[in-house]
Amino acid sequence: MLNDWLFIGILLVIAPIVPLAATVIPDFIGPRKPSRLKSQTYECGVETEGETWIQFKVQYYIFTLIFLIFDVELVFLYPWAVAFNQLTLFGVLEGILFILILVAGLVYAWRKGALEWF
Amino acid sequence: MGDPVTLIAKWLEGLLAGWGLAEGPTAVVMNLIGVIMIVVFVMIMDVFLVWVERKVVARFQDRFGPNRLGPFGLIQPIADVIKMLIKENIYPQGIDRFIYNLAPLFGLFPVLLLWAVIPISPTTIGTDINVAVLYLVACGAFISLGIIMAGWASNNKYALLGAFREVAQMISYEIPMVISLLIPVILARSMELNQIIQSQNIWYIVAAPLAALVFLISSIAELGRAPFDIAEGESELIAGFHIEYTGMKFGMFYAGELLHALTVGGIFSSLFLGGWRGIGAMTYPIVGTFWFFIKAYFIYWVIMWVKYSLPRIRIDQMLNLNWKFFTPLSLVLLMVTAVLDKLLTGVPMLIYFGVMLAANILIGWGTVLILRKTRKKEAPRVAEPKPIARPDGAPPIPAITPATTSQS
Amino acid sequence: MTPLQIIFLLVAAISLGGAVMVVTRQNLVHAALWLILVLFGVAVTFVLLNAGFLAMAQVVIYIGAIAILMIFTIMLTRKVAKDTDEQLNSNWWGAGIISLLLFGGVILMLFQWQNFQFNLPNLNPSVDPLLQLGEGLVSPNAFLLPFEIASVLLVAALIGAIMVARERK
Repeated sequence: MLNDWLFIGILLVIAPIVPLAATVIPDFIGPRKPSRLKSQTYECGVETEGETWIQFKVQYYIFTLIFLIFDVELVFLYPWAVAFNQLTLFGVLEGILFILILVAGLVYAWRKGALEWF
Repeated sequence: MGDPVTLIAKWLEGLLAGWGLAEGPTAVVMNLIGVIMIVVFVMIMDVFLVWVERKVVARFQDRFGPNRLGPFGLIQPIADVIKMLIKENIYPQGIDRFIYNLAPLFGLFPVLLLWAVIPISPTTIGTDINVAVLYLVACGAFISLGIIMAGWASNNKYALLGAFREVAQMISYEIPMVISLLIPVILARSMELNQIIQSQNIWYIVAAPLAALVFLISSIAELGRAPFDIAEGESELIAGFHIEYTGMKFGMFYAGELLHALTVGGIFSSLFLGGWRGIGAMTYPIVGTFWFFIKAYFIYWVIMWVKYSLPRIRIDQMLNLNWKFFTPLSLVLLMVTAVLDKLLTGVPMLIYFGVMLAANILIGWGTVLILRKTRKKEAPRVAEPKPIARPDGAPPIPAITPATTSQS
Repeated sequence: MTPLQIIFLLVAAISLGGAVMVVTRQNLVHAALWLILVLFGVAVTFVLLNAGFLAMAQVVIYIGAIAILMIFTIMLTRKVAKDTDEQLNSNWWGAGIISLLLFGGVILMLFQWQNFQFNLPNLNPSVDPLLQLGEGLVSPNAFLLPFEIASVLLVAALIGAIMVARERK
């Protein structure tokens, strides 16, 4: 079983080498003429104004929260789906009940207007 | 077995055993060779994807595309790579240097990780872990991480905004994607992709066409390609999270996106189109590779077709489409598939697939009816006059905005 | 030492080192990124324990959702990321002693527990643990009730989150 993961373990070490090499090579063979003007951050051609750290809409936070709860629930459905052969109809309906409770949460979020972007 | 891949693997294993290597180190060496082969193969393909993409978009836009270097411009991508390699690495002011340099890595390597579990022929697969489908979802987490790192480290407002939008979109569309991935898992009773392919005596797109559609569209959103590319909308955010990246660092995001698009094609074909299955694939596994890439490139072409045909959608439309349409639809599909599957235990395969298809058609029909109703309700609201931007203190324009106050 | 143990020690060292970085970084976004390394280390540990499903759930939920949520939360606040205040106050030694005592207590209790062992338990290779988990989740004799209650709990969390976040408007 553990041998199955050996490939992924090695890939995890090898795969970053490709982009790493590609982004490091220009440091050696490319020109290097940094200047103040060149290294300014882009803001539609005018000089950068104020802080980069701007405050964000609270919606990003709400959507991530809703996503998090859905994600946790859905991950638990995967073992249920794999074990489908062994399940009785009752077991399947239990899973459906689990999903329906999730649907209730979605309906609540919808009715409360948490799914609106404004 | 007439399969060169198995033959070479067997021969190598024998060779290593002949050198007196124990079982453990042999496994490590074999896996290492496999990893290097997959990485090299995928990266070479990635370079030529640039050519494919440019050539196809050119045809969609009635142009020729690259046609100067080599036959059909085939050498163009190599020239591109060389150009990017000898460009200067520009470090903008006020960046977080370490994270700025780390982010392009996350643009490409999670996509390479995906190829570990995709079977490109019956015998050629990196590894057949029993949670492969979840592994595909997990790799997506690293991609969104790279985007948020790039946006944050760039010290640029557009980059940060773009990263936020992109990540919000990626995580939102992960929900319908995860649900629609569950449906082939239920049908095959396994998360191993090879197992899923082997149980597709009839392609799963017949039993679950709507799930396939939901998966394809949410994958396009995960990719951040048009029409879901508000994160890099040129007219407002210039380029989004990679605005401050130049040369090869930008190239990594670009290569990652192209390769991810093809990978989505590969995943889609494995889950719904029978992967390597095709004429002769069972007897000659190498033929399976041909079928796999035919299907993967077809889906890649569909993704490009969508990209170059549809206009960009707004962020509220994007979120509404996800949370109010795809999520409920895929949840209904999941429940119906689960119950029907259990009720149909033991019936012949043709009837099973027929009932599944009929259920999908019914659900699709119902969805269209509901959508029509919504459109009737929404049409007057959308047609309402909107406030018009004008200088402060200027008199309102009476003909177009009768009662609304400007509030944008 | 077997190779497995070496890998485990390496992963554990990286996770613990990352955890130290999380609490010592002044920049909140850096701390969040180090936390992701720690979470990933935990996922690798799960793989080493032959719990592939838990490892994937760890990556999907913790790195893909919770870490992103944390970064979004940090971005919602203003100027905290450049916090230059002292990270230790005058009572740091008291807190240190109490945490050491608690850690020692946990270790002591673990060693006195009968089932505590250093070696991996031998799993029955003919049964897929994933199948057993799937069956157990909806079987009345196993985890059916916790499974359904977890769902209710998550919906309660959703409702709470929406209430809290909406109030700010």
